[in-house]
Amino acid sequence: MERQELRDLKKYIDISFKDFSRTYGDSIESFFDPLLYFLVWFEKLLINAPWPLIIFVIAVLAWIGSRNIYVIAGTVSSFLLIGYFGMWEDTMSTLAIISICTLLCISIGIPIGIFMARSDRLQSVVNPVLDVMQTIPSFVYLIPVVMLLGIGKVPGLIAVCIYAIPPIVRLTNLGIRLVDKEVLEASESFGASYSQKLFGVQIPLALPNIFAGVNQTIMMALAMVVIASMIGVKGLGVPVLRAVSNQYLALGLLNGLAIVALAIIFDRISQSYGKRLQKHLESEHGV
Amino acid sequence: MASETKVSIKNLYKIFGKDPVGMVTHVQNGTTKKELLEKYGSVLALNDVNIDIPARGIQVIMGLSGSGKSTLIRHVNRLIEPTSGEIFVGDKNILEMSKLELREFRRHTASMVFQKFALLPHHTIVENVSYGLTIQNVPKQEAAERSQKWIDRVGLAGYEKHYPNQLSGGMQQRVGLARALATDGEILLMDEAFSALDPLIRTDMQDVLLGLQEELHKTILFITHDLDEALRIGENIAILRDGLVVQKGTPQEIVLNPADKYVTDFIKDINRGRVLRVSSIMENTKLKKGPEVEKNMILEDALQIISKVGASKGIVTENGTPIGSVEISRMIDAIVKPEEKTEETSSYH
Repeated sequence: MERQELRDLKKYIDISFKDFSRTYGDSIESFFDPLLYFLVWFEKLLINAPWPLIIFVIAVLAWIGSRNIYVIAGTVSSFLLIGYFGMWEDTMSTLAIISICTLLCISIGIPIGIFMARSDRLQSVVNPVLDVMQTIPSFVYLIPVVMLLGIGKVPGLIAVCIYAIPPIVRLTNLGIRLVDKEVLEASESFGASYSQKLFGVQIPLALPNIFAGVNQTIMMALAMVVIASMIGVKGLGVPVLRAVSNQYLALGLLNGLAIVALAIIFDRISQSYGKRLQKHLESEHGV
Repeated sequence: MASETKVSIKNLYKIFGKDPVGMVTHVQNGTTKKELLEKYGSVLALNDVNIDIPARGIQVIMGLSGSGKSTLIRHVNRLIEPTSGEIFVGDKNILEMSKLELREFRRHTASMVFQKFALLPHHTIVENVSYGLTIQNVPKQEAAERSQKWIDRVGLAGYEKHYPNQLSGGMQQRVGLARALATDGEILLMDEAFSALDPLIRTDMQDVLLGLQEELHKTILFITHDLDEALRIGENIAILRDGLVVQKGTPQEIVLNPADKYVTDFIKDINRGRVLRVSSIMENTKLKKGPEVEKNMILEDALQIISKVGASKGIVTENGTPIGSVEISRMIDAIVKPEEKTEETSSYH
């Protein structure tokens, strides 16, 4: 391609996307307003709630998830340290965006995964899209998102979701495809309807895989925290970013470790919960 | 037993591959399974199958792997759609049923037992047994109560709260059997139900099935590759080879008059003394004195009775009244293996 043509093409794409975002930007932004209100409300709730209450709630969640006293002890002491080192507020902001991003990914990703498992054609279309979402440098899709929605929480949330949603879609699809064909046939032979098969056999048997997907999604969302802070998402990423540009080693390290602590806590809780879902497989005959 | 027909399979063809309907014409014009695969890449699974399954009886379909027997049984509840043909259950053609009718048929009329059990691993035994009822939207409590009867009947009382993985293969198949019986359907489809079990457990399960059948009188379609099993439980046997029914008949008929070399090979190694019954070789001449043997007795037992008293002939009775006689030499002849035909060795595998 000629240099001139190439420049024209790039210009054309830029201008038409600018026009598009000028025309529809506002309406798209207002479409996401409910999400924004919810996010703000949830973040405020976490920040304003008394810290012992938050720690208590998280400890209860850890108990429900893992039934393991060490996981709970680790969780509680991590949060106490985070508070002691003055990172409580940022941690709560991060917690808010991670929770909502995970909820969003689950509610969108699982249905997509289910449809993918039903249709090979859909799978062959969605799979490359997921590949792109996972491998494209996140800065690249930050550009159109920021052009469209500006800087703020919602574009940050969308950026995090784009990066974090592929594992849950993939593993839901895989989990359902791996369900024993004979069991499914048995269910069919007793006259199960489509929804009886889906909710009574396929999803329950795919649950361990789906849960591995949820776990991965949470981990990837946490990995995006720093990048999301570049476009105005509050949380632990902001001080890390400041530390990078000003060479504050201690600040970067502390906040980085707080992110690691969150990641490990989420991981241990969701993994042990996933394992408990497979309890019926553990006690083999004769063992 | 009454000769009323419950399930009637008529001119059933099943071909896997491209343009299956077009392939049927080729098959009807004499193209063999091998030629069809080589020329068109299509697999002939069932070739003009006609079987009438009597009500309240056990019909065995037997054949080696790849003979199409598992495909055939899946046509009866339409887990597999036929390429052409008809299947009547009573007077209803199940191939004309709508999706909803078919669902009702599967829920209330025909239930299935699977070779690899196919239990729901995440449900307890009682939940597994009541699965068919749950599908019918029977309230959980009632379903559990109705299932309990079957759990007790197959000898699994006390295991209600266990998971399938905690049970042995034989016990898991008892669950599979109870699950199929719990829906109270008239037809029981058993796809190599006991093939995955150890020989001793298999005999055990055959006894369970025969015992249940004595009181339930279901119409049972039983698939197996094991001739001993077929002869033991089948009232009627159809032998399938390459999708074609090569012989139909009672165990006696098949053992005494094998239709071709394939069947002859099959029955070569069985214990004929345990299959043949006195009635199949008795004569009408009446005897005045001698040991009495029942008409339906197997030769092995009858021989024992006659030889115990040192006689050479026995009186054959039916419900206590003499109807004929049987000679010990004939009985021995019948038990001895028929001479091997000196044809070239075949390749059926």
